[in-house]
Amino acid sequence: MKSPRSRRVLVPLAAIGLLAAVPACSGGSGEERSADGKLKVSINGQPPQTQAFERMIFDQDVAEFEAGHPDIDLEPHEGFMEVESFSAKLAGGQLEDVYYVYFTDPAQIIARRQAADITEAVKELPHVDQLQPQLLDVFRDGSGKLYGLPTANYSMGLVYSRPLFTKAGLDPDNPPRTWAEVRAAADKIAALGDGVVGYADFSKGNQGGWHLTAWLNSLGGQIARKEGDGWKADFNNELGRTALDHLKQMRWTDDSMGSKQLLQDADAQRMMGAGQLGMYLAAPDNIPTLVKQFNGKYEDYGLAPVPEGKGTLIGGEGYMVNPKASPEKIKAGLTWIQWKYLNPDRFDSFTKRYADGKQPVGLPALPNPDIWTGALRDQQEAAKAKYANVPAQNYAAYLNAATTIKGHLEPPSAQQVYATLDTVMQAVLTDPAADPAALLSAAEAKVNATLAQVR
Amino acid sequence: MSVSARRRRRLAENVTAYGLLSAALVVFAVFSWFPIVRGVVLSFQQVNFVDDPEWVGLANFELLFADPLFGVAWRNTLLFTGLALVFGFAIPFVTAVLLNELRHARAYFRLVVYLPVMLPPVVTALLWKWFYDPGPGLFNEGLRAAGLPDSAWLDSGDTAMLSLVLVSTWANMGSTTLIYLAALQTIPGDLYEAAELDGAGIWRRLWHVTVPQTRFVLLVLLLLQVVATMQVFTEPFVMTGGGPDDSTVTVLLLLYRYAFVYNDFGSASALSLLLFVALGVFSAAYVRLTRRSAE
Repeated sequence: MKSPRSRRVLVPLAAIGLLAAVPACSGGSGEERSADGKLKVSINGQPPQTQAFERMIFDQDVAEFEAGHPDIDLEPHEGFMEVESFSAKLAGGQLEDVYYVYFTDPAQIIARRQAADITEAVKELPHVDQLQPQLLDVFRDGSGKLYGLPTANYSMGLVYSRPLFTKAGLDPDNPPRTWAEVRAAADKIAALGDGVVGYADFSKGNQGGWHLTAWLNSLGGQIARKEGDGWKADFNNELGRTALDHLKQMRWTDDSMGSKQLLQDADAQRMMGAGQLGMYLAAPDNIPTLVKQFNGKYEDYGLAPVPEGKGTLIGGEGYMVNPKASPEKIKAGLTWIQWKYLNPDRFDSFTKRYADGKQPVGLPALPNPDIWTGALRDQQEAAKAKYANVPAQNYAAYLNAATTIKGHLEPPSAQQVYATLDTVMQAVLTDPAADPAALLSAAEAKVNATLAQVR
Repeated sequence: MSVSARRRRRLAENVTAYGLLSAALVVFAVFSWFPIVRGVVLSFQQVNFVDDPEWVGLANFELLFADPLFGVAWRNTLLFTGLALVFGFAIPFVTAVLLNELRHARAYFRLVVYLPVMLPPVVTALLWKWFYDPGPGLFNEGLRAAGLPDSAWLDSGDTAMLSLVLVSTWANMGSTTLIYLAALQTIPGDLYEAAELDGAGIWRRLWHVTVPQTRFVLLVLLLLQVVATMQVFTEPFVMTGGGPDDSTVTVLLLLYRYAFVYNDFGSASALSLLLFVALGVFSAAYVRLTRRSAE
């Protein structure tokens, strides 16, 4: 038994120890070297165990990379970008040396100086100059410095049901190219009856605003424009009114959008999967979802470029480097990114592994993201064609247009902006007396207030 | 024993007590007080967790006051608090009075009333989100079965906040009811008997016996509810995200956005400081009341 004296000393000591432990929790980007002298580089982007195939590919790649780079010890961490925990991880020294980001994140991360400047380091990497410039621009600041690398992307297109096109007397190999053609096709498809809807659009869960943005981009407009250091809403104009008027006509004049509204992507996928929907705006990754979740066939779906084709909403992903990482780690991290994601030497073998694993090959999505230009893009397309197990011709129009359509990124504070624009879409789709001009005007004030918070 | 010896002994006893207490104090210091102090400091700083914090004076507060959502969030929060009091104060009290009158199956009904409290708040929110679903949701199915038109519930700015208040009331009324019930059961039965002999009906008994006898519990719970409901977050976060049309953006939801969407921890801390001050006023009133009731 301890004496009262020792107890009296122990308690405050324990308290001081606990206090002292708090600052020790925070730190830089971790230990430089492992026990065997290898440079330790932590990375995230490791798919969860539930995605068995993707996880296997990732773990195999880590092992292969380490075998080829014996001086580097990769520490893979499960997971991707979680905006909510990003700053906490950075503050606590837990952010990986190489971390995953969506295209919506880099601008803010760069503005807050939370990523390493890789402008110089990237010069040693091969093929970076053959990445699509607009995707690299996502990771640049105003002065042209580079803070990350894109590894995958998507752009919006028009997903359509080939069987419904045929039934309605439309040519599934010649999908609509303009919104007027979409309207005419939707009218014919809706005329099939039996609850079939010609065209569906979203108005709930921030997806209404997201789709209005995509619609505006297709007409050559944008949701927000940069003005000096700040941002301003840019939809209360002729293009905005055109989009909403068109939507209103399809909904109320033609009655080709069905009566059930307040939809979001899962609803459209369910309708399309059940053969009840002709067309909706979506990214290519919707097609494997439709096939897998609704026991569908790849042959039944087509993907056309976004109507009008004057611009398209793009998204994607890439990697950035921890600002606390040493130059040595930055170099090693970039070597990993290039080897794993931006590696023409592995186009063939990487695609083959997906085909061997019975994963869809031939879509304009993983394992062949459309991020390259010129000869490398052709090389990747050749690998894709070699192992394609889905009807690539169904997406050919979309892919051919990809290099000519201007890509638009999502606006800053995208979800808040979209939430405001949901109201506009909801009004147009649920109220025949809705006034697009008044709706846009009211939304403009609110979106400007949201954009004023971006700093 | 001399005075100084007695003082020394008392001090020795106290040192042991303080020593034992210090573990708890340290836990409070590390997990409660330090974050509060840090939050106050952060209100006047901008941080990126890479460089040293930058002192910005009142700039964070100025940004908040310039945000049109700032006023909206306070108005919505006060609306939620007001509605939550109307429902969350009255319904549990009435339920407690009814439970107190029960002669049979008392335990069963108490359990039924208390059950929702045992659900995690997020589960409750998700459950009610399904009830409110405009398509296949339980409530609209019910309305249709009764031949009534659908309601937009969470999808209309007119009904969204009320819909959230109902969820909150349902989720929390169990514990409030039990506290009222406990208070009701402390009222001596002879008071009611005396009132009855004087010819008082049920309403007069309620007004002249029940309410005065439970006054302090009612007041304390009222203040606790004000403090709790002004911090409403889970329901709008899970069920509406602040929409439609910002009609359910509350102060805490706005604070969350500043911190974790805009990653502006300085402004988030400034907002939390303002909320802290507002709640401090209610808490001070609460302390005064509890002290009075203890006396």
